[in-house]
Order: sequence, then C-alpha cells, then structure tokens
Amino acid sequence: MAANGNVETFVELIRRASTQLPADVVNALEQGKAREEESGLAGKALGTILDNVELARDTSAPICQDTGTPVVWFHHPVGVSTRALAADFQEAVRQATERRYLRPNAVDTLTGRNTGTGAGRGIPFLHFEEWDEPRIEVRMLLKGGGSENVGAQYRLPDTPLKAGRDLEGVRRVVLDAVFQAQGKGCAPGVLGVCIGGDRVSAFETSKKQLLRPIVDTNPIPELAELEERLLSEGNQLGVGPMGFGGKTTLLAVKIGVLDRLPACYFVTVTYMCWADRKASVSIDEGGEVTWLS
Amino acid sequence: MAELKLPVSEEAIRELKVGDFVELTGRMITGRDAAHKWLMEDVREEVVPFMKDTVIYHCGPVIAQNDDGSYDFVAAGPTTSIREEPYQADVIGRYGLRGVIGKGGMAGRTLKGLAEHGAVYLHAIGGAAQVLARAIPSVERVFMLDEFGVPEALWVIQVDKFPVVVSMDSHGNSLHDEVEAGSKRKLEELIGL
Repeated sequence: MAANGNVETFVELIRRASTQLPADVVNALEQGKAREEESGLAGKALGTILDNVELARDTSAPICQDTGTPVVWFHHPVGVSTRALAADFQEAVRQATERRYLRPNAVDTLTGRNTGTGAGRGIPFLHFEEWDEPRIEVRMLLKGGGSENVGAQYRLPDTPLKAGRDLEGVRRVVLDAVFQAQGKGCAPGVLGVCIGGDRVSAFETSKKQLLRPIVDTNPIPELAELEERLLSEGNQLGVGPMGFGGKTTLLAVKIGVLDRLPACYFVTVTYMCWADRKASVSIDEGGEVTWLS
Repeated sequence: MAELKLPVSEEAIRELKVGDFVELTGRMITGRDAAHKWLMEDVREEVVPFMKDTVIYHCGPVIAQNDDGSYDFVAAGPTTSIREEPYQADVIGRYGLRGVIGKGGMAGRTLKGLAEHGAVYLHAIGGAAQVLARAIPSVERVFMLDEFGVPEALWVIQVDKFPVVVSMDSHGNSLHDEVEAGSKRKLEELIGL
C-alpha cells in the first residue's frame, strides 16, 4: 500500500467522529430528554446538548472543543505495513488539526508547551492487529480529557466498599465510580468496564467496550445481566445530566473480561462523556473506502 | 431567564440563587490550568482591567485566525473546574472577579471565597461547544498565547446571551453538594453500606 495513501481517508474519519455524533448515542440522549422534566435543569441541559449535536453536524465543526485523544484500533491483512498506517494516521491528525476538526491537543508534559500539531508522544494512541480478511478496518474513539479524569481502577477486594472478588464486588465498585464521577465527566456518560487483566490491558479493554453500539447484548449472559442492572442502578443515583440532578446519569454500561493473575483482580472503568465520539471505516484491497459508522 | 450585563456589580451577583438560569452579555476572559497558576505566581497587572467585576471562563477553545489577524472562537465549551480549586478563591479575591464559569462545580474553599468576595459559580453545559461558541461573537485580545498555546491562553472575549446556570451562589449554597449528598444516600442504599 502506497505511503500517504490513506491520509485523506483518516482525516475524514476524524472529521466524522469530531462533528457527527453517532445515531445510537443521539437516540439515547433523546430518550433521556423524554424522561426528564422539560423545564427543569436536567431537561434543559439535554435540550442544549441535542441542539449542539445538530449544530455541529450542520456546520461540520467539533461537537466539543476538547477533541480528545484519538484512540484507534486497526485490523489489517498480512503484509500491510503498520508503520505506513501509523505515519498516515499521524499526518492525518496534523491535517485535521490544521482544518480545526481537532484542537491542538498535545501538551509536552515536561515543558508545558503545546506541540501545536495535535500529535505528540503517545498521541494519537494506535493499536494494530493482523487478521485474515483482505481489507483494513479502522475503528476510532475521540476520548475527551474531562471524562478520562474520572476513570478509575479498583483492586478487589475493596474493604470500604465491601467489594469481594466476584460480580457483586464488581457491581459495588462500578456504582462507586459513577458516584465519584458525579457530573464531572460530562454526564450522561457511557461506561466501558473491564473485569480482570493487568493495569495496562484492562484500560485498553475497557476503552474497546466503547466501540460497541449503545444498545446491544453482551454475549456472556451474566455480564449482559450486570450491564442492565448497572445501567438502571447508576441512573437511580440521581446525578443527572451535568450533575444537575435527574434520571439520566448513564446512557449505557459495557463490560468486557480478561483473565487475571491469581494475585490480581482489577475492575477498570473508563468513563466516556455524552459526546461519545466514534467512527469506523473499511478500506478494501483496491483502496475502496466504506464508512461503517 | 435573567439577563446579566458584564461588568456586573456585587449587589446584582448577591441576588443570584442556585438554580437560576442566566444569560450573560458583555466582556469576559478565559483561563484554565496554566492561567490560574500564572495568575497566582504574581500580580499580573496587564490583565487586571479585563478581570475586575467580570467573570473568568474555564475554557480551552478551538480558534480560527482570520486574514486580518483577528480571531474567532470555533468551539468553546467549558472545561472541568475542580482542577482550579487550589487557586480559585485567591484569584477571585486578587483580581476582583464576580464569577467563574465552568463545569462540574467546585469545592468548599471556592464556595467560601464566593461568599466572602461576592461572586458566583456559573455552570455552562459541558460539551456544548457549538451552542456556546455562537454566543461569543468576538475576540478582543489574547494574553500568553505563545507561552501557553491556544487552549491555555487567556482570551478576552465579548459574549452575547451566553447561557449558564447558577450552581454555586454567594450565600454558601451549592447544587453540587446537594446532588452529591442525595446520590451518596442512594449509593449506600444500593450497596448496603
């Protein structure tokens, strides 16, 4: 595959994610608004959010000024250079920043200076996996910083929360994470949870859960049940949109699982803000592009 | 919805109560993490006239520069305010601010500072970057752009009917404390603590 062959496609992927909220997320926000009193703080907040989503789509401008970290999963066939894909994506981030689909969002941690290009050490964050299909699939999240700050990783058992090493323990710490977040992660949020794994693999897996549609059914029945229960109980906490109080605190809970070491039992929660920005694309052998979302 | 012109008097600010919807019109300034640290390291005389009796907006915008050198706010929602908790009360006192706009609310030290100095915390809708950018028709000037970069610079802006909710007032009331207390009770019930 030619170098720079995919830059334009990746810029468009970023534009779509930054400016067009996926339909499943919009539906969930509309359902939330229907549950809230229209003239109350929660109803008005959701009304403004939905107006904003429409305005961003119509004007092709970022939904949120924190355009986040691009977190990207590539699936590629045998023989495709992952270095070429990475170089193309890096270039796409720079161009998308110039075109203001992204804010210059990378800060040199030691000097405090903004790199100005949108790219930096560790930004964007790219994952590559080889597969048997002849096409390349790219799935991306734009993960905002405010919600990233309220993510959490628990180590079970957790004595204060009376959380043991079982799914009941998982339920207890996840509800605590929703409580701790209050409105600070831009509620109503979507939770990506990973049970097990280590401190690295678990965060990646929790983020990957966010690629799932808002409404789907976890193939593992006990996790499907837990997801439903946590969504309902999380909403009962009454944090509400923006933490103003209300019935809509969460839009979805998605749980993945990894095996663990005997000594470790991590429960890892990634909080995604209501601006749950994601997009995916498929590129076939001939370079034909198909937008998946 | 009440309209509030900036700059604003202490008296008008003291009338505001938690839960009030307010639309702001006039001049304000943006400032976030780097700005708050910088504002407290020294008295920054150059920004005093742009802070007195107005509000600071916790915002790191997306900016466009026009051919004539002027700037536009392209996307401009609030950022999480709690990071400024160590500085906020002192920044309000030192620079004579009448309010803070952000999201997520702030804690006890700021709440006390609001009561002491006659200021309020105004909550904008997080993520509503387009709705809010529309309420910012012009950019007057910018401080510390080269040093801090676009998101962290202090932008002096004109706003027109900029929509916010009073979530912490100057009488010691905080919507965030109320919601947190209610959700804590519910959490304890759900997990039997």
